[in-house]
Amino acid sequence: MEFFSDLVEYLEINYSTVLQAITDHLYIGLVPVVIAFVLSLPLGFLVVRYSWLRVPLLTLSSVLYTIPSLALILVIPGILQTNILDPNNVVIALTIYGLALLVRTTADGLSSVDPLIVQAATAMGYKPVRRWFAVDLPLALPVVLSGLRVATVASVSMASIAALVGIGGLGQLFTRGFQLGFYPPPIVIGLVLSVALAVLADLVIVLVQRAVTPWTRLRQGA
Amino acid sequence: MGGYFSYLLDGANWTFESNGFFTRILEHLGYTAVAVLVAAVIAFPIGLLIGHTNKGAFFAINLGNAARAVPTIGILFLVLALAGLGLVPVIAALVALAVPPILTTTYAGIRSVDPAVVDAARGIGLREKQIVTQVELPVALPIIMGGLRNAVLQVVATATIAAYVGQGGLGRYLFSGLALRDYPRVVAGSVLVAVLAVLLDLAISGIQRLLVSPGTDGRAAKRRAKGSGAKRGDDGTTAVLASTGGAEPGSSP
Repeated sequence: MEFFSDLVEYLEINYSTVLQAITDHLYIGLVPVVIAFVLSLPLGFLVVRYSWLRVPLLTLSSVLYTIPSLALILVIPGILQTNILDPNNVVIALTIYGLALLVRTTADGLSSVDPLIVQAATAMGYKPVRRWFAVDLPLALPVVLSGLRVATVASVSMASIAALVGIGGLGQLFTRGFQLGFYPPPIVIGLVLSVALAVLADLVIVLVQRAVTPWTRLRQGA
Repeated sequence: MGGYFSYLLDGANWTFESNGFFTRILEHLGYTAVAVLVAAVIAFPIGLLIGHTNKGAFFAINLGNAARAVPTIGILFLVLALAGLGLVPVIAALVALAVPPILTTTYAGIRSVDPAVVDAARGIGLREKQIVTQVELPVALPIIMGGLRNAVLQVVATATIAAYVGQGGLGRYLFSGLALRDYPRVVAGSVLVAVLAVLLDLAISGIQRLLVSPGTDGRAAKRRAKGSGAKRGDDGTTAVLASTGGAEPGSSP
């Protein structure tokens, strides 16, 4: 029970620090996913449209996967001449990982669209650009959004790494506990909040997915 | 640009001395090997059991998703606070990182075996244990190896955190480089970890080729098809990763 009173006490004294950590964490964890998602749509389109791009682009994303994020966060400032403590280093690193994951799933989603439906849409008079947004993309959404869920949860969880190089976020609660002589309360608070944010972000995507792809549920009901 | 690589290219660092590259690489490989081995001992039998009996499938599927939400360094610091400094917290965090991909892909691999094949094996009188070891395991091996690869990749990248809590490994160059504002040192650590990750990945895919029967991963079929001029090449390396959902981008730190 003493542990819980320690938790409450820590929150009472440090609530502004914890709030700041949550805001920072949301910024460095979620902004990359949004950027990566927006960029993955044209890239996924290119991979499906020009099949010779498939192997080089997807190989590149698996190679990007293997770069340790800590290393990437530390190397980016040298390449882009940014400050070593700039949160945007983390944003760029996580964007690269998000992109590596999302290009693949977006391409998978787009190629899963039934070509007969696309032909039918073309026959009905859809111009290519409108057809892509009105037919191809919505039909690809179930696969695309499931990839987005994975990328989001991973990104929010990985954002904790930032604290190891001195950038904000919930990871700072871990290092705080470390610096306070292995004091568990901030570590536990950081862990719980980090998981909660990831689950919450995941839930939001699930709800959006339910709203924008109603036909996937209809088919199950029938 | 040349200056960035000065630390990496300095021959004086390529030694077995206490802060030499070879020493740090061996430490790094040691952490990785111990963590993956412990994780495999825990996850592999459970995955086989759940896959074969299909009991606890809910657990196996959701473990992968839930684990993705837990930050590895959170586990590191929590175990650190409970167990004190040492190698235990590092290995514990890395094991926690490696268990989910191994468990979920083992489960997914066993489930992907054609039920007709399992029925046939049962029909010709194989015992359940024999079905698992002689039928399901060989057929599922490409997928299982994919999970193992993913686990190794994540662990080798994440093992850099060991240096943050006073242990060795290649993370040393990252953190000391950061503390000393010695950018070439950071570059050296980053390049070495990335190269190590790629080499390990290649090594495991080599082992995979040796272990997996050519009949189960399409190589035999491809060889036959080659005679007739048909060719379909898919590297197959990351397809498994993506399809089992065990992948985690960037493999954390």
